[in-house]
Amino acid sequence: MELSDLLQHTSEWLKGTGPNSDIVISSRVRLARNLDKYPFPHWAAKEQGEEILAKIDEAKGKIDFLKNTTTFKLAKMDNLDKQFLVERHLMSHEHAQKKDSKAIMIDDEEIIAIMVNEEDHLRIQVMQSGFNLFEAWDIINRIDDRLSKELNVAFSREWGYLTACPTNTGTGMRGSVMLHLPALVMTRQINRVLAAISKLSFTTRGLYGEGTQATGNFFQISNQVSLGHSEEEIIENINGLIKQIIEQENQAREVLLGQSKALLEDRISRSFGILKNAYIISSQETIELLSMIRLGSDLGMIKDVDRSRINELFIITQPAHLQKLENKKITSQDRDMKRAELVRSKLNQ
Amino acid sequence: MVCDICGKNPATVHLTEIIDDQMNELHLCEECARQKSAQMESQFGLSDLLAGMVDFEKPSIDKEADTLACPSCKLTYADFKKIGRLGCGECYTAFRKYLAPLLKRIHGSSMHVGKNPQGGTKLAPKPDSLGDLRGQLQKAIEAEAFEEAAHLRDQIKEIERRGQDGA
Repeated sequence: MELSDLLQHTSEWLKGTGPNSDIVISSRVRLARNLDKYPFPHWAAKEQGEEILAKIDEAKGKIDFLKNTTTFKLAKMDNLDKQFLVERHLMSHEHAQKKDSKAIMIDDEEIIAIMVNEEDHLRIQVMQSGFNLFEAWDIINRIDDRLSKELNVAFSREWGYLTACPTNTGTGMRGSVMLHLPALVMTRQINRVLAAISKLSFTTRGLYGEGTQATGNFFQISNQVSLGHSEEEIIENINGLIKQIIEQENQAREVLLGQSKALLEDRISRSFGILKNAYIISSQETIELLSMIRLGSDLGMIKDVDRSRINELFIITQPAHLQKLENKKITSQDRDMKRAELVRSKLNQ
Repeated sequence: MVCDICGKNPATVHLTEIIDDQMNELHLCEECARQKSAQMESQFGLSDLLAGMVDFEKPSIDKEADTLACPSCKLTYADFKKIGRLGCGECYTAFRKYLAPLLKRIHGSSMHVGKNPQGGTKLAPKPDSLGDLRGQLQKAIEAEAFEEAAHLRDQIKEIERRGQDGA
């Protein structure tokens, strides 16, 4: 597989299928693992980093589950490719920063992504469309079992999987769910919900993970605690919390429909109008307006655009995607024009 | 609109505070907002939350800890406090005395429950481990190693609790 092949299809997490896919965009589980007897990536010498990468790549080759997975070394990647992978949620910002001995392994369907030598030697991630944490856990658990047969993993009976940062020690697991909560934002209930989430030891992040702002009404919610609970317990806890948030968002949608239907319809139609007619548009504005269209589609107010096309637009209008589609570097101003052109053509089909 | 705090200058900064589930909207002038934010900085302005947690240690313990180095990767505890990352798996053993309370603060527990690399799904405590731990606890108390003792006590409690749950 070549990186540009990814452009030809929609990422798993954007398919718009799976349970509760009106509100839940995607579910993701990641595991942090390290090889025993090697320093963690930030503390390892270059040769050690290369050795770790070679060992992991060799192990990967022996695993059937991972036979459709391609290894890309970051040293051979330009900035545009890296940003492209970050936009597709296959790679973290942190991983894109330095390139020494780093790699990313991606399967053809973009369900599995393994970062090598990020904060830990291995960051395994499994993505599923919609509200599907258990399925994601099931897949990643099997991959992890096979990898630990091939590799000696740093583990202590007492503290579990040993990670570079003590915030990941134990299960090394982070489960997260990406939610679209426009009605909770519009009814100003979101702060109350977010406050409750943080009290329960969960964290909320924006569309692009750690340190990013919530834009376009997207919120990524994940567990904070990784030690003292089993993986299943952690997944169960997030699952319970997400169910309640879905319930709240649905209630807020009911309230909006009951009390301010005309205003809501107006806002959604205006957003649609701008997207169908604009000649210059920033990625920020695009995300915000697309969020409204998505809500309109969920509520049956917009009928001629389906969810998967809206989801696709969220990603192909991002800066690196636009440039990959054009197959050249484009300045920010030109991108705003190209973006508007692309959105017009997709929505006026 | 005038400032909620001084009641004199026009309010130009609008803040939403959430304290114990109560959402509060504050409208402040620039001067009062600056004071308010300095106040918040002193409470929460730890640029690195983890480094902040490590720093809760008493200064005397800190000095002793800082010189500790991992025999395997040579990272010192002072390095760890600075970068917030450990150097290798062995660091966990080398800094055990200080990491145990830190892990407990972060996760509310310092005992792994979950899968292990051998493919098992749950780690049941060894039947004789309670006795071992009680012995270690006694020794720790005699040696006045209270941090260690507190950690062992928590482990014993955890095992007892899980024993009762039938886990």
